[in-house]
Amino acid sequence: MTDASESLDRKPKAGIARVASGGITCPVPAAAVDRVLLGHGSGGKLSAALLRERFLPRFGNDVLAELGDAAVVPVPGDEIAISTDSFVVSPLEFPGGNIGHLAVHGTVNDLAMMGAEPLFLSAGFILEEGLPFDVLDRVIEAMSSAAAEAGVVVVTGDTKVVERGKADGMFINTTGIGRLDPEFRPGPTLAREGDVVLVSGPIGRHGVAIMAAREDLRFEVEVRSDTACLAPLVRDLRAACGSAIHSLRDPTRGGVASALNEIAVSARVGMRLEEADLPVPGPVRAACEMLGLDPLYVANEGILLAIVAPETADAALEVLRSHPAGECAARIGIVTGDRPGLVLLRTGLGASRVVDMLPGDQLPRIC
Amino acid sequence: MKYLSEYRDPVLARSLVERILTTATRPRVIMEVCGGQTHTIVRQGLQELLKDAVDMIHGPGCPVCVTPLEQIDRALYLAARPEVIFTSFGDMLRVPGSECDLLQIRARGGEVRVVYSPLDALEIARAHPDREVVFFAVGFETTAPANAMAVWRARELGISNFSVLVSHVTVPPAIRAILDAPDNRVEAFLAAGHVCTVMGWEEYEPLAAEYGTPIVVTGFEPVDILEGIHMAVRQLEEGRAEVENQYVRSVRRSGNEPAQELVSKVFELVDRSWRGIGEIPASGLGLREEFQALDAEKKFDLGSIRTSEPAECMAGDVLRGRIKPFECPAFGMGCTPERPLGAPMVSSEGACAAYYNYARFQPERAGEPA
Repeated sequence: MTDASESLDRKPKAGIARVASGGITCPVPAAAVDRVLLGHGSGGKLSAALLRERFLPRFGNDVLAELGDAAVVPVPGDEIAISTDSFVVSPLEFPGGNIGHLAVHGTVNDLAMMGAEPLFLSAGFILEEGLPFDVLDRVIEAMSSAAAEAGVVVVTGDTKVVERGKADGMFINTTGIGRLDPEFRPGPTLAREGDVVLVSGPIGRHGVAIMAAREDLRFEVEVRSDTACLAPLVRDLRAACGSAIHSLRDPTRGGVASALNEIAVSARVGMRLEEADLPVPGPVRAACEMLGLDPLYVANEGILLAIVAPETADAALEVLRSHPAGECAARIGIVTGDRPGLVLLRTGLGASRVVDMLPGDQLPRIC
Repeated sequence: MKYLSEYRDPVLARSLVERILTTATRPRVIMEVCGGQTHTIVRQGLQELLKDAVDMIHGPGCPVCVTPLEQIDRALYLAARPEVIFTSFGDMLRVPGSECDLLQIRARGGEVRVVYSPLDALEIARAHPDREVVFFAVGFETTAPANAMAVWRARELGISNFSVLVSHVTVPPAIRAILDAPDNRVEAFLAAGHVCTVMGWEEYEPLAAEYGTPIVVTGFEPVDILEGIHMAVRQLEEGRAEVENQYVRSVRRSGNEPAQELVSKVFELVDRSWRGIGEIPASGLGLREEFQALDAEKKFDLGSIRTSEPAECMAGDVLRGRIKPFECPAFGMGCTPERPLGAPMVSSEGACAAYYNYARFQPERAGEPA
């Protein structure tokens, strides 16, 4: 494999690469490499070329450029927040973004939900043999711009290549490190009776965008993933409301319902949501009707849930609405003292029902 | 979302609740047949709003719930075979068989795929001529035309690596079985709107007349269901027993005749077992003689797989409307959506799961988790 890799790595001269073979020089037609080969994971010249030509220029920074075995970075403060996440989405590209956006936003948002200011990222890539370079380039490009927007630096990384059929195009793992502010430490256990539940934007867009792309469903109005960096929202919430922000969650897998259930269980509180106040966009609602799904359980990648002290709720809502990603922010419910661990929803008709955790995946219904 | 939001209008819904409460001179017992209606009723809390006027009993109209354990075991056996690609509607995947479910078969290496239409399964068969593709054809009359179409097309196109595992059931024999039960309490029925979209309602007229029981063909949105209940209560109060149609925007008296024609070309009436109820004569659909080559039961010789239902599960009593899900001793304790004993706890349309998911906070409910 190494031989083949090296032959492909040579820069062809006038369409011919010359490869030494047993002392005889033989003209070999140059193969145009437009996709990932197993050799790109060999640790040899192809690997180096992959790094040099595709990753370094886009992630370019001094720490990464040293290409040491580990990145050396200054540690801010006494405590840091670390979060890791792996991304295995299919399809790799979908309306509103690609796996690269998710890989940065996902980890950065997890740090932000802890109140941390994201600083550094690691990025590990598992690439499938045959992945077209133009797809890979678009993914790296997306990561680069998402990282710049979030103010994080990709300081270390890794690439591996696996045989065709062993990965779904590509998998990415990112780990993030963030600076903690001792004065601002929201957490799921801090929600308390009387708090207000806010959501920063429309519910269910990412999950529906992915499902529509996967099933090749077409709707009159295209649903685009909401993938976005939430760090700026959290930064402004911290500045304006400080410790009145009790809990923050980005309702990714499992959706708003699962995220709120987790907080209700951790903090031993109940919650009461108002169905009429949930911001579910029309096309998401329509798609969910068609697929037999509940928008409350559909994944999001660019909204946050904030559990806020009641006297600060209006100010927090205003902060959220001042951001493009938070335009549709809404107050959706309150934290209650009764029935700890249970999230209730008041339906449009005034009756109540439980909003539970899902036992597994949400399965489409028969009819 | 036009034609949907108006049927969820809270003001209209509340006025219908008021009308039902004032029309009923005593509490009435009404069964909604269809699982989709059960879902709406419990999800929207309609039974809570109506509890002084109407006792809603949730009928056997969830196709997932009434599919007998034996048929699930046959599906599991097929899905585990290396040459088979087993295709199914999504909510069959978590239905427990005797030992596991389709999701576990998939994790062990069986190829199980969720499809939204049986015609997608047929496409998979065309794309994989070296594999046997089986579609799990479950459902009431609603899904029968699409399933019939898949079988018809398979024969037309000569696709020999496609077959269907049929577990189709029909509504009228189930209504008759419920009315014939000696301890029946049901005074009126909401018939399933989508079943009637296909079948019309002529076949319900003899039932209403013979048993003196009002039957109202009803849709699935909150306003539909409340209107259907109101029509049923009014019939009871006025001493009428007719078939009325609430779901006028979808259903005609004669139904969808081309669909019925296709169904009767491909399927014939057969005796069928219902989970928890047992065998009901002429209550199901089976493939006609000329389509036997497409019958997975024959193709894979599944007749030897025989299973009896677990004794501790009271699914039968729930499906017959004898008990409410929370009256079962296992509800929420030995039986939850994570570890279901019986099918009504699995499907989101199942009465047990609907109660567990949406209504288990109510104080009078037994079996509330700590």
